[in-house]
Amino acid sequence: MELKDLIKPENLVYDKTSILEDEPMHYCPGCSHGVVHKILAELIGEMGIQEKTIGVAPVGCAVFAYRYLNIDWQEAAHGRAPAVATGIVRLKPDNFVFTYQGDGDLASIGTAEIMHACNRGENILVIFINNGIYGMTGGQMAPTTLEGMVTSTTPTGRNIDLNGYPMKITDLIAQLPGTSYVTRQAVHTAAATLKCKRSLKKAIENVLDKKGTSFVEVVSTCNSGWKMTPVGANQWMEDNMIPYYPLGDLKDSVKGEHKSEN
Amino acid sequence: MAKVQGAVVVNIEECKGCGLCVVACPHDVLELHKEVNSKGYHYSYMATPNACVGCAHCGVVCPDTCITVYRVKV
Amino acid sequence: MGELRLMKGNEVLAEAAIRCGCDGYFGYPITPQSEVMETLMLRQPWNETGMVVLQAESEVASINMVYGAAGSGKKSMTSSSSPGISLMAEGISYIAGAELPCLIVNVQRGGPGLGTIQPSQADYFQAVKGGGHGDYKLIVLAPASVQEMNDFVDLGFELAFKYRNPAMILTDGALGQMMEKVELADFKPRWTDEEINEKWGDWATTGKPSSRKKNVINSLEMDSDIMEANNRRFQEKYKQMEKEETRYELFQCDDADFIIIAYGSSSRVCQKSVEIARAKGLKVGLLRPITLFPFPNKIIAELARKAKGFLSVEMSAGQMVEDIKLAVYESGRNTRVNHFGRTGGIIPTPSEVVDALEDKFSWELSYGVKRSY
Repeated sequence: MELKDLIKPENLVYDKTSILEDEPMHYCPGCSHGVVHKILAELIGEMGIQEKTIGVAPVGCAVFAYRYLNIDWQEAAHGRAPAVATGIVRLKPDNFVFTYQGDGDLASIGTAEIMHACNRGENILVIFINNGIYGMTGGQMAPTTLEGMVTSTTPTGRNIDLNGYPMKITDLIAQLPGTSYVTRQAVHTAAATLKCKRSLKKAIENVLDKKGTSFVEVVSTCNSGWKMTPVGANQWMEDNMIPYYPLGDLKDSVKGEHKSEN
Repeated sequence: MAKVQGAVVVNIEECKGCGLCVVACPHDVLELHKEVNSKGYHYSYMATPNACVGCAHCGVVCPDTCITVYRVKV
Repeated sequence: MGELRLMKGNEVLAEAAIRCGCDGYFGYPITPQSEVMETLMLRQPWNETGMVVLQAESEVASINMVYGAAGSGKKSMTSSSSPGISLMAEGISYIAGAELPCLIVNVQRGGPGLGTIQPSQADYFQAVKGGGHGDYKLIVLAPASVQEMNDFVDLGFELAFKYRNPAMILTDGALGQMMEKVELADFKPRWTDEEINEKWGDWATTGKPSSRKKNVINSLEMDSDIMEANNRRFQEKYKQMEKEETRYELFQCDDADFIIIAYGSSSRVCQKSVEIARAKGLKVGLLRPITLFPFPNKIIAELARKAKGFLSVEMSAGQMVEDIKLAVYESGRNTRVNHFGRTGGIIPTPSEVVDALEDKFSWELSYGVKRSY
């Protein structure tokens, strides 16, 4: 069959969702942010919740997230997105409110805000992009940087004596009774991406059902910060990040219950 | 089993040449072009279009959503 | 006539918030203003008007909750005292940068640092010059009575929404803890979602319907030309406030040779000082700024034409006195400006203000004419 006969609207199987704006993303080639933006946008479209969605963007590489999804947004100060989301959702409990935060934003400067929002069981979705580095500011050490990992502020590798341990904040979050669904996913392969999308969908459904905080960590790459090719970064993540930050559900319950799947 | 034929359309100007689609393709359909787009990226293209089954793995992993996929049963 | 009550200043802030249709209060306990949230929690306005009250994990979180709520077009507020306001400085700057309307109450205590829990007016600079990073201003209201603590909550929200700018009630521990008669306002209903869409639909994040473009609450702009244009727009807004919103009160200034300028708790003391001075035969008046930003420059310039001296009386080491000097300088007059202040949580007494006036203006008092610098 000729390509021109094949490329017709009736044969379309995969296309950009209308929730994504046409503006090209500023992310580096191969950055995981783009994939997470896309599956989130797809879900907002598929679930028909554009009119009730309010996103809270972070400070970090995803600071411009508000440019890319065609929904209402608030841009928060560094680390404060969970507090901003709390302010919105408490006064607008029927809206779907989510935060989108990186590891520096969520696990370092915003530790108090995320812990307490999750502990109160704010009815929000938290998307946590963990790539073990500060991308936007030029590749400095993050709280989640692995031991020995070279960054611009750990030029000889992260030293535990000096810098402490890579923080498994999602494990801490899962301990809080306010959270209902806590999971760790990745988007480095098509299969992982589809699985991550299913997790995100479940998380959104939980929020729509007012079950408390849903928390989705996405173990991600930063090929620019890691000084690797995009394909090489995915491989490095699989070999190094995922063993320390293993994928899977950490908690699946409703707010106030302590049931845990693993 | 019915044979399927797929086709991938890459938005050349929005492609950043990251190559994630190339390794995601189970049938080695895609490669990065030796030419570059106006931003200087070696964009992705169907090097062996006949091998494409329209599985859309390339589209799913594309961070810049510049891939559209079509499929028919033949 | 509204309902009359005997209430504490802090309690009145809470009652006024409920009655003016406030949607949300987010706060963190700190002396001497903890009664604001305590009163709200006892009153349980969520049962009555639907107002939400939440104790946050910190002042940093409180102000960011206010940001989120204000960004959705809701009437939201917080209150704190000096060290807590310092923690909020980041959030207030973002709120000003994103042009969000909200109300912040500072029941001042003495500083610097942990300082004291006693009343103070040492956060004047922080309040009227912005307080956080960047070029911005707050609308600053300075109540001098429990009645004004009541009235300025509604007024603060009105001005905040009129200008899409944060407003601050700058008061102190004395007014917060003081009990006085107050006439409470009648209840105003909270805005419905439809009203918010109609009034603020062009900017508030209510969830994007297909009928409008997305709304983005934001203070970030990478294009320098646009960022400068934003700053120019802010400055125009502040100038407009100066034109339209300057509020003050004059007390026996018509024939006054010397004018005391004082706000809030200090101004109450200084009313008595005027009486004492007049009994001594000194022609002393009082100018009480009600808005600290915008500052009443014009009336100071006018008074500078015939007054022999201004005395700024503050519970600080001398902050508002700088703005008085600027106002006099811009008037082209050479009227002398002096300062008398107490710090450490001490409120000046009426007679020590008069003593200070006589001491600092001894030359003018001896020769009966203005002394040039």
